[in-house]
Amino acid sequence: MLHLPILKAEDRKQVIDPANAPKEDLREELFQLEKEGELEVIRVPEPYMELTTKFGRKKKIPVEKTWHHKSCGQCGHIPGYSSSIFWLNREFGLDYHDPTDQTSCTAWNYYASATSNPEAQAAVAIRNFASAAEVGYFPLIHCGTSFGHYKEVRHALVHQPELRRKVRAIMEKLGKKLVLPEEVVHYSEWVMAMKDRIAEKQTIDMSNITATVHPACHYHKLIEEDAIYDSEIYGAQRSAIITGTLQALGVNVGDYSTWFDCCGFGFRHILVSRDFSRSFSVQRKIEVMKEEVNPDIVVTHDTGCVTTLDQSQFAGRAQDRKVGLPVMSDSQIAALAMGAHPYKVLQLHWHNTDNKAFLEKLGLDREKLWAEFESEVSDIRAGKKEFMTWEDAK
Amino acid sequence: MMALDISQNKHADVSMEEKDRLFAEMKSDDRWNHVLNGCYECGICVASCPSAKFYDFSPRIIAQAAAREDTDLMYTLMSDSVWDCSQCFSCDRCPRENSPGQIITIMREVAVKNGLKTAKEALQGYGRIIYKIMLTGSQVSPDMLQPDAFPDWGTHVYEIADNLEDWRKALPPETLHTTETGWKIDEKTIIELYLIWHMTGVMDLIEGVDEGLYDIIVDVMEEKLEEAGYDDITFD
Ligand code: SF4
Ligand code: SF4
Repeated sequence: MLHLPILKAEDRKQVIDPANAPKEDLREELFQLEKEGELEVIRVPEPYMELTTKFGRKKKIPVEKTWHHKSCGQCGHIPGYSSSIFWLNREFGLDYHDPTDQTSCTAWNYYASATSNPEAQAAVAIRNFASAAEVGYFPLIHCGTSFGHYKEVRHALVHQPELRRKVRAIMEKLGKKLVLPEEVVHYSEWVMAMKDRIAEKQTIDMSNITATVHPACHYHKLIEEDAIYDSEIYGAQRSAIITGTLQALGVNVGDYSTWFDCCGFGFRHILVSRDFSRSFSVQRKIEVMKEEVNPDIVVTHDTGCVTTLDQSQFAGRAQDRKVGLPVMSDSQIAALAMGAHPYKVLQLHWHNTDNKAFLEKLGLDREKLWAEFESEVSDIRAGKKEFMTWEDAK
Repeated sequence: MMALDISQNKHADVSMEEKDRLFAEMKSDDRWNHVLNGCYECGICVASCPSAKFYDFSPRIIAQAAAREDTDLMYTLMSDSVWDCSQCFSCDRCPRENSPGQIITIMREVAVKNGLKTAKEALQGYGRIIYKIMLTGSQVSPDMLQPDAFPDWGTHVYEIADNLEDWRKALPPETLHTTETGWKIDEKTIIELYLIWHMTGVMDLIEGVDEGLYDIIVDVMEEKLEEAGYDDITFD
């Protein structure tokens, strides 16, 4: 396989200059439409943090009063991903809302099967946003697919009056308003904005860990102007997301030549053509990471990416490919750094790849920790308790 | 791997009028002019494209055919190639600000809306997913993790399936104790979602590609909508 030389950040820097941004600041049009009575804008609650986007705009990231737009793939198949996000909020004593008045964004199905249309997709998004506004919280999007899709929906609604008219009519029938958030915020941006506070509370040293990062395509390729960049990270040539968080936690981030490649998820492929997903993720991502960096862990920030990179390695192993890297989300790594339980909070037993060596390198007694989790499950089985609570997960 | 056959008039059984009509439908989409601005043939999209690495597939050919308004080739591509795309939008780095991936989204929608045989074939095996998302509001659920559905994910799927109920109860967030949906979703929320599917014509799309699935979905929806007090769900 041909590997391109890795671009070293210090060799070439992108100058972030908001005065020369090639893309508009959508918020100006959003507020104008609000003035004209076309829609209502959900403001980022104060106090907020700020991160720099690709072209230098400051993006507002809420600290709390967040409405957690959960991911079906995370909650369904890798639930420790979501519970780690909630755990972090709780550890900082932040006010958050975990809604039951929330649907999937339905974009996975849309990108996979096209059995939907722009009006339906926008209406599903606005129904969820309206639900957040009704309880006075600000949407924080857990899934990279939902995040990319909602950025597109917001973009389309701002630019297409006819789509606005149709969606407004649908919302009226549901007794809801056409509301759009001032910013579309992904949870990994919240983690990144909180990175120094997370590092202050860090109890597990990660300085002996090397990670490779995979950024989600729909995070930084769709509506690229809303992704987070930093001139100190990859010379602002690539998004700083995840990498910035890991570096704040003392993790050594190794670079590799197929960083920009997708994970192989493919939306429909992961469901009905997994030969493609498996081959791509093993040959274009995992093997390249292994060959060029040989990291202890792969860290990513999206449902599809964790799923594909983690699950595809099983078949790769059966074919003697160079696989065997544990895969986790940045929320799990951040929670782990602050002392979260690997099984009660991170729920690592839902992951496919072996994380034994990684946990042991961090000095964690994996067998003892697993026994603690098993004891909770035994209590549930014996009817001693109905559920494991946040208190039990401490 | 089958080579992509883009020879002229490959689908001779379909009239040129029909091919022109389908292309006109794509072109009339509000997104069309935002995703196609002509093409340099530079191949940057192909270099970024994951599907081009494993299939005989090219986002450049798609952008070219669309820009040249080659309705015959567009029909061939929408009958086959479009389902190879990963919808990753790596091709959005196009220097002409084209988005071959978004052109493909539109092509797929037109293929589904018009009930093309190839779209029906591409969606075979996909009914379970459509059923789940339309009826529960959550596309992915814990109970989908079954060994027969994911044999290539190995033995850990057996372990999850065997322990599913108890492991779900051993999740600290109260909303995640579910097995049939990703999280606990209110009945009222599901009803609102059904109303959206009806109002936006998505039900008609489903009927066009899978009538059996449509009948099952409508049965469940109508019962729930009736219980919720919606006797007449005609929206104009
Ligand atoms: S969206 Fe489709 S055409 Fe574009 S890069 Fe991804 S797989 Fe290729
Ligand atoms: S990157 Fe854009 S201009 Fe270049 S071949 Fe692809 S579609 Fe054409």
